[in-house]
Amino acid sequence: MKQTLLSLSNLTKQFDGKKVLDSLDLDILDGEFITLLGPSGCGKTTLLRMMAGFEHPDDGTITLGGQDLTHTPPEHRPLNTVFQNYALFPHMSVFDNVAYGLKMEKRPKDEINQRVEEALAMVQLEDFARRKPHQLSGGQQQRVAIARAVVKRPKLLLLDEPLSALDYKLRRTMQVELKRLQRELGITFVFVTHDQEEALSMSDRVVVLKDGVIQQLGTPREVYERPANLFTARFVGETNLFPGQVDRANGDDTVTVDVFGLKRTFRKPDFELREGQQLHVLLRPEDIRVLAPDEADGVAGKVVERNYKGSTLDSVIHLDDGTEVLASEFFDEDDPAFDYRLGEPVRVSWVDGWEWLLPEEAATFQEEASVDA
Amino acid sequence: MRSALQQPFKTAVLVLVWGWLLFLVFTPNLLVVGASVMTRDPGSFIALPLSLDAYRQLLNPLYLDVFLHSLYMAAMTTLVCLLIGYPFAWALSKVPKQRQVLLIFLLIVPFWTNSLVRTYALKLILATNGLLNNALMGLGVIEEPLRLLYTEGAVIIGLVYLLLPFMILPLYSVFDDLREDYLRASHDLGAGRWSTFIHVIVPLTLPGVLAGIMLVLLPAMGLFFVPDILGGSRNLLVGNVIKNQFLDARNWPFGAAASILLTLAMAFLMFAHKLSKKRLGEDGV
Repeated sequence: MKQTLLSLSNLTKQFDGKKVLDSLDLDILDGEFITLLGPSGCGKTTLLRMMAGFEHPDDGTITLGGQDLTHTPPEHRPLNTVFQNYALFPHMSVFDNVAYGLKMEKRPKDEINQRVEEALAMVQLEDFARRKPHQLSGGQQQRVAIARAVVKRPKLLLLDEPLSALDYKLRRTMQVELKRLQRELGITFVFVTHDQEEALSMSDRVVVLKDGVIQQLGTPREVYERPANLFTARFVGETNLFPGQVDRANGDDTVTVDVFGLKRTFRKPDFELREGQQLHVLLRPEDIRVLAPDEADGVAGKVVERNYKGSTLDSVIHLDDGTEVLASEFFDEDDPAFDYRLGEPVRVSWVDGWEWLLPEEAATFQEEASVDA
Repeated sequence: MRSALQQPFKTAVLVLVWGWLLFLVFTPNLLVVGASVMTRDPGSFIALPLSLDAYRQLLNPLYLDVFLHSLYMAAMTTLVCLLIGYPFAWALSKVPKQRQVLLIFLLIVPFWTNSLVRTYALKLILATNGLLNNALMGLGVIEEPLRLLYTEGAVIIGLVYLLLPFMILPLYSVFDDLREDYLRASHDLGAGRWSTFIHVIVPLTLPGVLAGIMLVLLPAMGLFFVPDILGGSRNLLVGNVIKNQFLDARNWPFGAAASILLTLAMAFLMFAHKLSKKRLGEDGV
């Protein structure tokens, strides 16, 4: 069991009477890569700034290895930040940028030179030490920002959407790079992003935030496969949510649910069930099976959109009652002609046991619009 | 390529700009340079033969003294403007945006009154029997009225009063551009307030400081009416010398040479300003 490094307890913050963080508790473990994921305005940046010391909570405490940091100014916290737009000092060379933190510690010159060179070698920028930030590409600036933050050997590295300014390909490269650095350095990374794909592929644990409240805390797999609520289900990954009605609970830890008139047998969920109860059946696009129209199984519909993705074929199918279904199928090597025509009638089914059941929620969500991609 | 005739608007604009520069900037300056290397003539002001006498006269200890004293007063003015303007601009950039607009507006309002009139107003305040002395005596701070008018201090006060906005505006512009993230990054890396000020804020606002110096130092040497009204005969500016040479002494070559001296100083400052911006990479990418 890993030890808790940074402990946030009961953090509350209001801006202009609006609650940005609401009694938030979170333990960050030593050496983990943890991601704060949520739409803009969910409080993730405020939370990161509080850890860094740029913002102070109205209530609650922040402790690092048992030491209270709640009111410690940023310059006295043993953690460093990689800023969203890097915030490299434009008047200093790459070397001076990286050396800045060590100079502030009044380290001997030899040590500074050596450590800066090591840090630059680590991000493969040894040859760029004399350059000015504006002479570097976005990806290189990003690396300098990382070198500048880790050269001080912080206990914790805070990364505020560090990849959002990079193009797609570079972002993928930097994701791998960051993962490698984190493994090699053994530093705890707290990573903020609104990109769920990035969060899933990089993190040991993901914190899903909305309106300053943690919606779910778990491994990427837990968050994707077993979302705690509708918000997480919709925000992380693409989702089909089918309305279901409990037919009967069976003795053997299964439950029979009526979905589109089909009686399907599902694993019994954690929450209480009663007969006739409405619930949501969550199926990821890759769980969906698209069958020929003459099959007996499944629900009838027709293909309204097809999207060739290289390794998968993504399609949108409208069921007869108007429900939209997203399906993502891998190419079948035995069937080279596998494809759909638009308007083609099909039947939609899935493998029972791959579903995830969620209870009805009181509040109706209409927040897709506020979720930035 | 389309011919010039097919782009009448572009052609018209270019002719206007180049015509303006040629006739109203380049030619007058060329005339000043020309005048400075000619000989004084009582009848037509300037005459041949060509001569460098005017420049030699600049080295005359009498004028050298005036120049140095003028430079000293202008430098003091600039320093005072900087000391007031720097924190002022910094604070201004911290005020909520809407109020910033109002405050900048208030800063500009005095420009609507002629500066000569404002300088006379200042004279009324500083006079022996003026507002300031009366107020101080009324409060019992002083027994005798202070001699404020016709001193070096009065000239500097007058110059600061007229030129302070020219220091504040460029400084405000650099402070407004100063991203909070740079300061956060500095603190994050272990720098306290003072270190952050010295290593980050000062270098990043330096172009504004130099622009402010440019806009204050040289006009401060040229605003001849300020010493005329507030300074008495001993506190002359280069501007007074130039004005006197053209209007009173009728020594145009010498006046022109003194003007060129100011122009060269300006060119030097502009060069330094450009260099400082280049260091920040603002000319680069």
